[in-house]
Amino acid sequence: MMNRSIVSIADYSREQIERLLERTAEFEREPNHPHLLEGRVVATLFFEPSTRTRLSFETAANRLGARVIGFTDPKVTSSSKGETLKDTIKMVSNYADVIIMRHRLEGAALYASEVTDVPIINAGDGSNLHPSQTMLDLYSIWKTQGRLDDLNIFMVGDLKYGRTVHSLLMSMRRYNPTFHFVAPKELEMPEEYKLYCRKEGIRYVEERVFTEESIADADILYMTRVQRERFTDLMEYERVKDTYILRADMLGRCRENMRILHPLPRVNEIEQDVDDSPHAYYFQQAQNGLYAREALICQALGIE
Amino acid sequence: MMDTTKKSLQVAAIENGTVIDHIPTDKVFTIASLLQLDRCNDQVTIGNNLDSGRMGSKGIIKIANRFFSDAEISRLAAVCPNIRLCIIRDYEVVEKRIASLPDEFVGIVRCANPVCITNNEPMKTVFYVTDKEQGVVKCRYCGKEQNIEHIKLV
Repeated sequence: MMNRSIVSIADYSREQIERLLERTAEFEREPNHPHLLEGRVVATLFFEPSTRTRLSFETAANRLGARVIGFTDPKVTSSSKGETLKDTIKMVSNYADVIIMRHRLEGAALYASEVTDVPIINAGDGSNLHPSQTMLDLYSIWKTQGRLDDLNIFMVGDLKYGRTVHSLLMSMRRYNPTFHFVAPKELEMPEEYKLYCRKEGIRYVEERVFTEESIADADILYMTRVQRERFTDLMEYERVKDTYILRADMLGRCRENMRILHPLPRVNEIEQDVDDSPHAYYFQQAQNGLYAREALICQALGIE
Repeated sequence: MMDTTKKSLQVAAIENGTVIDHIPTDKVFTIASLLQLDRCNDQVTIGNNLDSGRMGSKGIIKIANRFFSDAEISRLAAVCPNIRLCIIRDYEVVEKRIASLPDEFVGIVRCANPVCITNNEPMKTVFYVTDKEQGVVKCRYCGKEQNIEHIKLV
């Protein structure tokens, strides 16, 4: 079934990405369009809880004038009684004009888009894809740097399990980036993504050090959380846990245009004293998520 | 001479049908089930752990009066890439066909990723063959690449 579902943006062309970026910018200038989706029903199906993403999507729908239905906890739905995903999607398709779904299983959104004509927006399927996060990351980079081309992007922390860094890596491939993968051995960028870089001709360097000097030529510092439970070797965790923490005194030599991004929630990988730096951008980045999601909902509904 | 006679008695020749020879011994019954031979009403001969000059020991399956379609043969590639099938007419091998990897497998193999949607919904799996030489397949749904040698049938 062909429809306007947004399951992945990894294969979007430059033109498609740019169109979405421009529409996101329009929504940033004016987030409130109470009549744009008047009379439309948006369903948010969170088979797995994710308060941050759900609030952002529901705010986007509300600011566009849509009504929102859905659930935030699969325990209250029929899926806990053994209903298949297909049946749940078919049922909700009778009510809603667009379905925004989050699921713990990988590929769930793609499958959902195959069983209904109602457009599906993937709000995260396990550790697989999360296109609205990717879109807000791209928008934050585009907005703060004025371009996506030819940037030095440092990805720091957990590059093994970090879904956001993998998606960002793939969606940047058309923009001639240079990546610096800064991670401990146990959490380094998986081979499949390095292979992807080599196939696509994307330059990358792998680094273990994370210091004032090592980040001096970064345009974007994309921080992620190093989680204790990801380590098989806890000695290794103890050794590296403080290595990938960004402190304000590390920003002395960085480029003026450099911005710090983080998918949030943050724990201790960015010290509180960084928040006041003009380089800190993670809270605005989260806010950009609202505008990006307004753009994605409109695209899924075919609204110009 | 004596030996040859004995062997041919163990696995009798067929007049018409299909012979799959030189099957790795651990794949014989998988292939039999993939071809749904348990539901076949024609004469089926399955031999396993037979002496083979080339392989040490091997399996062989002979199915009388059955000729498999391209789709059925390509399914075999999921368990035994490049296995040969001999088409027999009037006791003679008239054609040899190779089960080469198709571009995709639909509903045949199981995704090795436990958190893939295909392992949790009553749905058909879809795999794209991304590297025919190395036998690499990629799940349409979770995107995980896996080697055909380690993959299980649904």
